[in-house]
Amino acid sequence: MSDIPLRDVRLETDPHVGFETSYLGEGFSLWSWLTTTDHKRIAILYLISTTIFFFLGGAAAVLIRLELFTPQGDLLTAEAYNRTFTLHGVIMVWFFLVPVIPTVLGNFLLPLMIGAKDVAFPRLNLFSWYLNIIGGGLAVAAMLAGGVDTGWTFYTPYSTIYSNGHVSLTAIGVFVAGFSTIATGINMIVTVHTLRTNGMRWFRLPLFVWAIYATSLIMLLSTPVLAMVLVLIIAERLFGLGVFNPDLGGDPILFQHLFWFYSHPAVYIMILPGMGVVTEVITCFARRRVFGYQFMVYALLGIAVIGFFVWGHHMFTSGQSMYASLAFSMLSFLVAVPSAIKVFNWTATLYRGQITWEASMIYALGFVGLFTMGGLTGLFLASVPVDIHVHDTYFVVAHFHYIMVGGMVSAFFAGLHFWWPKITGRLYPEFVAQIAAGMMFAGFNLTFFPQFILGNLGMPRRYYAYPPEFQVWHVLSSAGAVILAFAYLLPMAYLLWSLIWGKRAGDNPWDASGLEWQTRSPPPKHNFVEAPFVSEDVYDYHPENAPRGSGADDRRYDDRDIAGEKADAAESGRRHRAAETPPATAQARRASKTREPSDGEGR
Amino acid sequence: MNEPGIWLPQASSEAAATDTILIALLVVSSAIVLLVAGLITVFAIRYRKGSPASREPLPSIFARDVEFGWTFATLGLFIAIFAWAASQNITLAHPPAARMEIHVLAKRWMWKVEHAGGQGEIDELHVPAGELVELIMQSEDVIHSFYVPAFRVKQDVVPGHTERLRFTPEKPGTYHLFCAEYCGTDHSRMIGRVVVQSPEEFAAWLTRQPQEDDLAKSGRQLFVRFGCAGCHEGQASVRAPRLSGLFGAPVQLADGRTVTADDAYVRDSILQPKRDIVAGYDPVMPSFAGVVSDGEIAGLTAYIRALRAPADGGVY
Amino acid sequence: MSSTVAGHFHDHRQQSRANTLGLWIFLATEVLFFGALFAAYLIYRVLYPQAFETAARETEIAIGTLNTALLLTSSASVAMAVKTARLGQRRATMVLLGVTLALGLGFLAAKGFEYHSDLTKHLWPGSADFPLDPPQTRIFWALYWIMTGIHAVHVTAGLGLWAVILTMIARRSFPLESSDKVEIAGLYWHLVDLVWIFLWPILYLVGRS
Repeated sequence: MSDIPLRDVRLETDPHVGFETSYLGEGFSLWSWLTTTDHKRIAILYLISTTIFFFLGGAAAVLIRLELFTPQGDLLTAEAYNRTFTLHGVIMVWFFLVPVIPTVLGNFLLPLMIGAKDVAFPRLNLFSWYLNIIGGGLAVAAMLAGGVDTGWTFYTPYSTIYSNGHVSLTAIGVFVAGFSTIATGINMIVTVHTLRTNGMRWFRLPLFVWAIYATSLIMLLSTPVLAMVLVLIIAERLFGLGVFNPDLGGDPILFQHLFWFYSHPAVYIMILPGMGVVTEVITCFARRRVFGYQFMVYALLGIAVIGFFVWGHHMFTSGQSMYASLAFSMLSFLVAVPSAIKVFNWTATLYRGQITWEASMIYALGFVGLFTMGGLTGLFLASVPVDIHVHDTYFVVAHFHYIMVGGMVSAFFAGLHFWWPKITGRLYPEFVAQIAAGMMFAGFNLTFFPQFILGNLGMPRRYYAYPPEFQVWHVLSSAGAVILAFAYLLPMAYLLWSLIWGKRAGDNPWDASGLEWQTRSPPPKHNFVEAPFVSEDVYDYHPENAPRGSGADDRRYDDRDIAGEKADAAESGRRHRAAETPPATAQARRASKTREPSDGEGR
Repeated sequence: MNEPGIWLPQASSEAAATDTILIALLVVSSAIVLLVAGLITVFAIRYRKGSPASREPLPSIFARDVEFGWTFATLGLFIAIFAWAASQNITLAHPPAARMEIHVLAKRWMWKVEHAGGQGEIDELHVPAGELVELIMQSEDVIHSFYVPAFRVKQDVVPGHTERLRFTPEKPGTYHLFCAEYCGTDHSRMIGRVVVQSPEEFAAWLTRQPQEDDLAKSGRQLFVRFGCAGCHEGQASVRAPRLSGLFGAPVQLADGRTVTADDAYVRDSILQPKRDIVAGYDPVMPSFAGVVSDGEIAGLTAYIRALRAPADGGVY
Repeated sequence: MSSTVAGHFHDHRQQSRANTLGLWIFLATEVLFFGALFAAYLIYRVLYPQAFETAARETEIAIGTLNTALLLTSSASVAMAVKTARLGQRRATMVLLGVTLALGLGFLAAKGFEYHSDLTKHLWPGSADFPLDPPQTRIFWALYWIMTGIHAVHVTAGLGLWAVILTMIARRSFPLESSDKVEIAGLYWHLVDLVWIFLWPILYLVGRS
């Protein structure tokens, strides 16, 4: 524990050490990667596995869109189509959307952001990656062995009695992956509780950390219920222990209650980390502290809590009592309020900022727009009469893709671009990335906006053939999917390219605040040479001074003094710095904060 | 039917009510989307890096008031929309009593319809305009969902449950009938047509329909085949309650309760006879769970219903 | 190995806090895991009270009660072992954990005997000659097998944990006083016990009043 303020940590490090002493230089053999307990390396393992799952699920999506190009169902058979959309759903939900941000960006950044050397349980962390790929392997094996045709929702009694697919194997895969999720959740929560560095108070945590924290709470409290539901399905299929069998008086609706008790909060497992990422990106490229930081925290926690009590809105048409439906309807409207607060706060953060349009900013602002649309169409589904009409139609498909793909995947790309220099030490080609971000936004809207219209016209989900009057909208949607597919392949190409040919990034290419930017890029094995000390509030951005790169650091300190910050720790930190930082070093430090440092300065 | 477009016809009284809420939501959400997108665009241009616009910090009290302002504004707006939609919902849930009952049996992958007079249809439903219709639906296998987009109505048909769906068709025409809950291989072939006719046309259509697969009549055959008649009719040696005039009447039970003999009661009595023992009788009836299908129960119920007036007994 | 503090922790206190918090959170997930089953049980119990009482009368109450006693006693011995471990009384801790292991194995043995007896009576709901009526009794028995089966898996895992800890104490591989191993495994064991205390009345006592 040192009381050296974080700003000076870099000065203590040797400017000539680089890649070799970073976490990437720790060992190059496959074995060293497969046995690592370093949270940053585990994050890379997750990045590779989730990317594979993403393209697998994406390939299924392409097949679906090709099939729906014509109304007759002439590309795939009905059986094959049902197996394809099940594969798409199972892989995308459990092996991409749920894990991707918490395990890739969360794993990499959360310890860095709170000034820790690692997560609380590094071996559990590695174990959870193995559980994830074992689960994914079982699910993929089930698909290869002939597939599953239940849809990702596994509704009984179809899944338990009638389906002839490999339901049990898939369910076991998801079950195993569920434990991976729980292990990650435990790790994140304990890490935030116990490993914050000195001075990192709860209300100094970056909102990304708060988002992962809220997400982990949901993971821990909802995933066990999913696990038990899957056990019940497996028990019914393999051993005839029929808890949901209507012939025995079992109630398929009970399955739906238990399933959605997990799967609705799971939506927030997917979107909350995305909100965290977007907050970091917007505040950095607007050069302004997040508007209403505390409200943002309460909104995250509010969503996490209320999200547990809205599951019944998936069952408005299943014959649940009208009063239950109304209660769930009201709670579903309520959960939209904290989401609205977040949207307004992101927008207000831009006000009087110094805005630049890096690729991650385009993704982030795209997220705000698409999430707003996804959230507002959620209100349609929350109001009972409208939901009765559009439930189980393409309206629902469009709605959750706006949240999941437009929201969550955009946020993941925003985060991946934003922290790419930190993760790899390289800059990606900005202009190409901006084009890809624009393409993704356009392709996404073209793919999914027509589906709102389709849904309102009454086109049901999970149809491989459909009445011909719907074709025009399906053709638009499929055309958009082609653009979207290219927009996803493009970053894959240039990010890999940048690993070898990309410019060296420097430690803080965006001149961002936050502890992760105060260490080297890529970070050393134990993240920080000295345990950092936090003496200031989070998001120390000051647009009123000057655009970044022109060196306004010293005035910032004057402002602070005038504002009269009273924390003892902060003061001692400042004194320390004032005493030990010679003017020449301050000059160098300022230079290093420009966007593209010279090679001599870069690491 | 095959009219392309971006808005569905409103073919039932429910459709207009639903569309009103839907359009209101559409207006409100479009306004919010335009507001957010507009502000983002304006800010992104006006406050682009290095532009001459002012960057003075905001007074903190202003920030706080704004936060509270939009929090309560959205809360109020959302609660208002909820209350309005809920009031619609409550109105629709209590329709007047007069209604026309039609039995629907869903099974993979077809809709089997039985009109009160015994007329049967498959994957088609004829209904008269202007009359409140109630569908009584059961599923033989998995969950299906009865969905008529032009009526804005949908009801899951869950095996083991008897589901009811009410609507008042208004506009004569032919509309899509879809199965909206995924039910296996030919889910997308489980579609049909709903034909709304003027009352006169409908009456004419009814008389044209063949009567032989009459639901209550098939119920009568089942009543004999399963041996129900052995105890519940005429010269039985075992004492069992008579069924004539039973349907809709109150029944005194052995444990002192009084229940009404409705669909659920008949169903329970067949599947779990030990649950509600009629006063004065011994619990000797075996359970028929797993023996009779839901469709057969519908037939038996229709038969027992037809015995409502004692004079009708044994007409079939 | 854990006599030392793992590299990413500042000190022993921080590490211990992390371990304990981690386990409490894990227990919360376990509660929800079983919670789903209890919710299913509750709903069917309310829907089909007679069937559940008929079905519950067929469980082996003698063995169930014996097992309750065994597990409660083992929880007591664990509680004492936590105390003695904190005081560094190595021998007493080993004896108490040995007792816990024996009681746990006794539980599993009795459970196995009970399962055998259930199967001879064809009380497996998937079997064709299931003896009970109405059909809802099968739901009770399905829940019985799943609940007790998952609980038995937890008991087995707990016993494995105790066996490892006992071996480590015997080999003096960690300092007893400053380690939280016994305490953490004890927390887990108490949860397993607690779950059984809920299972016993709903599976064995129902319908016998």
